[in-house]
Amino acid sequence: MPFSLLKFGLNKDYPFEQIADLPPPGALKGRYDVVIIGGGGHGMATAYYLAKHHGVTNIAVLEKAYLGGGNTARNTAVIRSNYLTPEGVRFYSESVKLFERLSNEFDFNIMYSQRGQLTLAHTDATVRAFRQRAEVNKHFGGRTELIDSQAVAELVPTLNMSPAGLPVLAGLWHRDGATARHDAVAWGYAKGATQRGVELHQLTEVTGIDVEAGRVTGVQTNRGRVSCGCVVQAVAGHSAELSRMAGFPLPIVPYPLQAMVTQPVKPFLDPLVSSSALHCYVQQTSRGEIVLGGGSDPYPLYGTRSTLELKESLIASAIDMFPFLSEMRLLRQWAGITDMTSDYSPIMGLSPIDNYYLDAGWGTWGFKATPICGVTMAELIASGGRVPDLIAPFSLDRFDAFRQVNEMGATAASH
Amino acid sequence: MKILICPLNGPRNIAEFTYGGQVKVMPDPKGSTDREWAQYVFYEDSHIGVVQEWWMHTASSYWFIAERHNQTDEVLRTYDPAELFDKAVDRSVAHASKESEPKVHADAQHKDGNA
Repeated sequence: MPFSLLKFGLNKDYPFEQIADLPPPGALKGRYDVVIIGGGGHGMATAYYLAKHHGVTNIAVLEKAYLGGGNTARNTAVIRSNYLTPEGVRFYSESVKLFERLSNEFDFNIMYSQRGQLTLAHTDATVRAFRQRAEVNKHFGGRTELIDSQAVAELVPTLNMSPAGLPVLAGLWHRDGATARHDAVAWGYAKGATQRGVELHQLTEVTGIDVEAGRVTGVQTNRGRVSCGCVVQAVAGHSAELSRMAGFPLPIVPYPLQAMVTQPVKPFLDPLVSSSALHCYVQQTSRGEIVLGGGSDPYPLYGTRSTLELKESLIASAIDMFPFLSEMRLLRQWAGITDMTSDYSPIMGLSPIDNYYLDAGWGTWGFKATPICGVTMAELIASGGRVPDLIAPFSLDRFDAFRQVNEMGATAASH
Repeated sequence: MKILICPLNGPRNIAEFTYGGQVKVMPDPKGSTDREWAQYVFYEDSHIGVVQEWWMHTASSYWFIAERHNQTDEVLRTYDPAELFDKAVDRSVAHASKESEPKVHADAQHKDGNA
């Protein structure tokens, strides 16, 4: 990086050709070895690692809108691994490690910033649950500890230590917690994948999936039919709708998740702070904006409309935590459709169709898993369906066998 | 503010209501397989369209059924559950005869797959 930067600085001509990250769109070929449905972070990461680690490059990523325009651009960009179950912690820890070196790997700045994540406990029961999470995390090599209220006050001097009348008793301090620019993650993977020969087709919507004798033979799109060796679905909010097209249901319910950002201000908040009781999390981006996020909508919907009720309650909680935020103005607000599973863990791996692979059920926890998801899905596809150990617990058949991986306590409202 | 029409209390702010999940036909608790039970518990009809749902007016603890489009968020109809359920579920015996099963909306029934 420093050498290329130096060369760039000394160059008389502005090297435009190096700035073009993506090749111009081309025609769809008749056949691909792998068709990935969904051009978000997960789909692009899967394509990238297939090309990079396994030499599979005859890949088409089909995106109905534009690169990284779905939940990749709508999440609140929290990276952490302080989950509850050993399966979850193992999986997300690998993702955190991959994120740490992603900018170097892409030669593209994803604005990764490891500031630590702090979750506040307001009841004794939460303190006990946090202690368990800290121990599980430490066991798997994560840096997580339980800290007392004085340490919380020192870490975040601007925090109201008794928001909404709920005193902060302790905090779960996760040093590995980080944030990054989510769009840049999708762009970095897309750049790396297309440089290796992967084709990204935007504005290409899948309208049908051809299944013959338990195998996918091709997909129908608004630009014609494409035959393929296998299909991966990575479409977040519309996961259950797409799987229906392939002929099987998924135990996924779509819930909108709303968030917002304020105008940018000078840096005052280093860690990412969330409150377990107020269902609110607050963080300051590298650009200075304050991101506010909270719980999902109270009922399912395939829509990204916003509601005043949710905005009001979220802003009220944020102001309880940081009272001076009442002086700030909102810049933007938005919603995404999250594909929620009942145990708050993803559905990854095999499907009832032989050569159709699932990357779904990412609910409100998908962004942080992007790199490891790409690595493991690529391994699964390249091996022709041998499920990597890391994602075996997240199989679709866990529901029929009542083997859920319960991450609700570590996920809900603490993204 | 979104208004939901409660069959008992009339038009009220939707914030006064609690969502209670889709209306599904419970399989026989004694005779069903684990897989059938899992399908009943974990799977919902998640296609885009009109779904049949349980809702409760929280302040009066009154449960009713709503038919709602899950993309436009338009509520087409709300009604008392007596329209579908003419008697309480008898948990002491295996699931009663077919006639006593509620007439669940065709769209709202879980489409069994090979998951």
